[in-house]
Amino acid sequence: MLSYLLRKLLLGVPVLFGVTIIVFAIAHAMPGDAVLAMITAEAPSSEELIAMRRGELGLDQPLYIQYLNWIGEILHGNLGRSFVNGRGVAAIIGERLPMTLELMGVALLAAFVIGTTLGVISALRQYRLTDYSLTLGGFVGVSIPDFFMGLLLVYVFALELRWLPSSGISTAGDSFSIADNLRHLILPAAALALFRAAIFMRYARAGMLEVLNQSYMRTAKAKGLRPSIIVLRHGLRNALIPLVTVFGLALPTLFGGSVVIETIFQWPGIGLMFIDAVVNRDSPVIMGYVLITAIIVMLANLATDLAYSVLDPRVSYD
Amino acid sequence: MRRTDTLTRDRPEMVGQGPLLSVQGLSVEFGPSGNSVYAVNDVSFDLAEGESLAIVGESGSGKSVTVQTLMGLIRKPPGRVTSGRALFRGRDLLTIPDSELRHIRGRDIAMIFQDPMSSLNPVLTIGLQLTEALREHQGLSEKQAERQALDMLDLVGIANAAQRMQAFPHQFSGGQLQRIGIAMALVCKPSILIADEPTTALDVTIQAQIVELVARLQKELGMAIIWISHDLSLVAGFVERVAVMYAGSLVETAPVERLFAAPTHPYTIGLLNSIPSLTAANTRLVPIKGAPPNVMLPPTFCAFAPRCDHAVSRCREAKPVLEPVVSGHAAACWRWRELHGVSRVPAAAVATDRASKAAPNEPLLTVFGLKVHFPIRRGVLRRQVGAVRAVDGVSFEVLRGETLALVGESGCGKSTTGRAVLGLERPSEGEIRFEGKDYADASGERAKERRRDMQMVFQNPFGSLNPRMTVGRIIGEGLRAQKIGTRASREARVSELLALVGLREPLRDRYPFELSGGQRQRVGIARALAGSPKFIIADEPISALDVSIQAQIVNLLDDLKARLGLTYLFIGHDLSMIRYLSDRVAVMYLGRIVETGTTASVFGTPMHPYTRALLSAIPVPDPKAGGTRRRIVLGGGVPDPSKPPSGCHFHPRCPKATEICARVAPEPRDFSSSNAAQHIVTCHHAGEA
Repeated sequence: MLSYLLRKLLLGVPVLFGVTIIVFAIAHAMPGDAVLAMITAEAPSSEELIAMRRGELGLDQPLYIQYLNWIGEILHGNLGRSFVNGRGVAAIIGERLPMTLELMGVALLAAFVIGTTLGVISALRQYRLTDYSLTLGGFVGVSIPDFFMGLLLVYVFALELRWLPSSGISTAGDSFSIADNLRHLILPAAALALFRAAIFMRYARAGMLEVLNQSYMRTAKAKGLRPSIIVLRHGLRNALIPLVTVFGLALPTLFGGSVVIETIFQWPGIGLMFIDAVVNRDSPVIMGYVLITAIIVMLANLATDLAYSVLDPRVSYD
Repeated sequence: MRRTDTLTRDRPEMVGQGPLLSVQGLSVEFGPSGNSVYAVNDVSFDLAEGESLAIVGESGSGKSVTVQTLMGLIRKPPGRVTSGRALFRGRDLLTIPDSELRHIRGRDIAMIFQDPMSSLNPVLTIGLQLTEALREHQGLSEKQAERQALDMLDLVGIANAAQRMQAFPHQFSGGQLQRIGIAMALVCKPSILIADEPTTALDVTIQAQIVELVARLQKELGMAIIWISHDLSLVAGFVERVAVMYAGSLVETAPVERLFAAPTHPYTIGLLNSIPSLTAANTRLVPIKGAPPNVMLPPTFCAFAPRCDHAVSRCREAKPVLEPVVSGHAAACWRWRELHGVSRVPAAAVATDRASKAAPNEPLLTVFGLKVHFPIRRGVLRRQVGAVRAVDGVSFEVLRGETLALVGESGCGKSTTGRAVLGLERPSEGEIRFEGKDYADASGERAKERRRDMQMVFQNPFGSLNPRMTVGRIIGEGLRAQKIGTRASREARVSELLALVGLREPLRDRYPFELSGGQRQRVGIARALAGSPKFIIADEPISALDVSIQAQIVNLLDDLKARLGLTYLFIGHDLSMIRYLSDRVAVMYLGRIVETGTTASVFGTPMHPYTRALLSAIPVPDPKAGGTRRRIVLGGGVPDPSKPPSGCHFHPRCPKATEICARVAPEPRDFSSSNAAQHIVTCHHAGEA
């Protein structure tokens, strides 16, 4: 097990190295640069000033030198400095990442619990009204992209019903409280969760239907166990195994989704930071964002592998 | 007294009048009415306290559905009980609500299933799976339940039971798992044990262990048993009464001796004729003609009539009911009175005289020192830390025109050997000479050349045919791949092949799922024959088929061999069938051949202790032989082929092993009495008195 972990982590190094090259190339292939982005916003400036600013940011150096400088920063545990405000990228991300993790964590957990529960119910009631309604609901769920779901939720719950706030992480002017923060969390988390809950439901239903046909379920019934034990202890444990894969695959898409959702709800996480950085051509921040995302996704995949060995005793890594 | 007396039942109500279980007129259908599958039709039987009853039938005969209906295990829908009662201690199992039936299941009536691997939950410890029924039905504490489960594990012969309670199913062998399955069924000391083909997925020597165990436990615990099986010979040895089912109906019931001595229903007679006898070789098998019954038709006539040699118009117009032949023996046949006493083997047992065939002596295939090792890799750098020695130094010859059978239990390397000969597995070492040319390292063109002359018939006719291709395309594919002939000539060849294996031309455009198991295996054989090979490797070609169909396929293989001058390497584990169809036999154990010789000499005077044990484990279709035959039941299971025992691989299980066997691997020695054919045994103690 330990050697498996070690091997996977070692294999991650070249992957991350590859990621840095791709990210750097893309960040520098974007039209314009940070200086031009600033200048258009400010008053028109002279050519000398532009050249001077570029010199300050190191943008006048050859690309490979810029790349090596950046790699040097990474190896020192920094991610360079923002072109816009000069703050360390690592510090900015460290400040904003918890917000994003809160949003994503709650959304993923809610999606998983709701989706799995409904999926299992749907499977147990196969071809009955409950099953058909849930399947239809799931179909609607996967058909609505999360940005549209976000706008819909804002319209219904924030603008029409006025039940929930539509932006930020807390009410401006009030002192920060957990309850207030959670009220702000509901809509963006729901926007991210509903689509994914529908996906989990589909897979949980299919997984449970498959498990219900297994011989060991018949054995459990033949032993005269009560239905709840048969379904939960004997069925669900096995049905969860394939869901782990879906869970692992949901994570990367969640980063993409959170960029859009954080923008709609003005949630100050790394997604919003990323959009601002793209607008300002703040390449150190853009690159830092992508690198951190890549690392988190890699670790999540590793955690998925480990989750298999916990859920399924037949899986062992060596 | 040992622990057993604490395990005997102490329920007061057991001293009863009348049967313990009485099934009356049970009918079960599946699917919407009007388009039903008639799975069980008007089945009635009684089971007395402590009695053992076997229900015997082929796949689709309704035997499993019958018992699963009693247990409330069939899914409704699509299943429907359309009539009948099943009285257990005065309560009708078919009408009481499931919440009530649940308390009978597992406590009064328990069940063991066919495949122990899939019938235990893979993600729960066996300790939990053993104790949960006790806790459910008897409200025991975890401690108490554990103690009873441990006693039960001891009783079924699981060593170190206490340590193994925390283990998961995949950490046990198949035989051990079935023991655990039995322990699980018996923890609550049921009064009826239903065993649904519990040994079908197991090897012969393990099957013998399980049968013996269940028979012993039945005596010790005094329970009644319903044993479901497709194998008449297996149940011959230990049940009191047999009920034969066909197409959902009982066709004959009788005490076991009576059934074998005076079978009355033509189907029972046909079944008995399909089993090759271990004592009388050289008679051609008499299969039951035709295909399994169509259970989509309402049961208004005798379902066996289309396959029956004695059917008359009445058989096709009305369904016969069970009529008493003598007391305790009943048959459902319109003509039983006239047919009574018809010889068990009609048409005067077509003799096939194997000995008189042109004596083959030129080797077609020579395998020498063949090893196939699969590496085991571990660690950060995936270094090879060991190898599964699937085949570990195997040498044999197949002579032109003969059938050599490679026999052994699962995991002995017989299939891997076959695959290596064909080039589907790369040998780690050794020579494979076919017609004098070494193909061991062949690749590319030379490998193709080998495939022209050598083909394989696979075990599972369900998995080995591409479900998206028609029969015609499956058969012709090899010809296309090898660019043999033109399109038109290939089409003609496919027709020829269909006729050769006894399939009708219209089947060419069907898909595999539309065919029966026997038909599929015929397609598999036709596919193998397409390029006119000289040599066929048949890897357990009949083990997935029903008994009556097995005989058809074996006869077909026999005919083809004679007509086309083929040579067979037949891989199998069914020894009675192998005795019937092979000229020579090689017995494998854990990657090595332990004994080779002519079929007559190996079966007649087996010399290796493993061969002897294997032969003694074969069930004999004769209830009387059970008592007189001495059965050598081997302890334990086949060891892990990545860590084979030192010296002779068989020594830890061998009743004759001495100190030398653990140290030195024995050399093969020839013990034949004549010099015409060798009888090679690899054992230090062979030939000793």
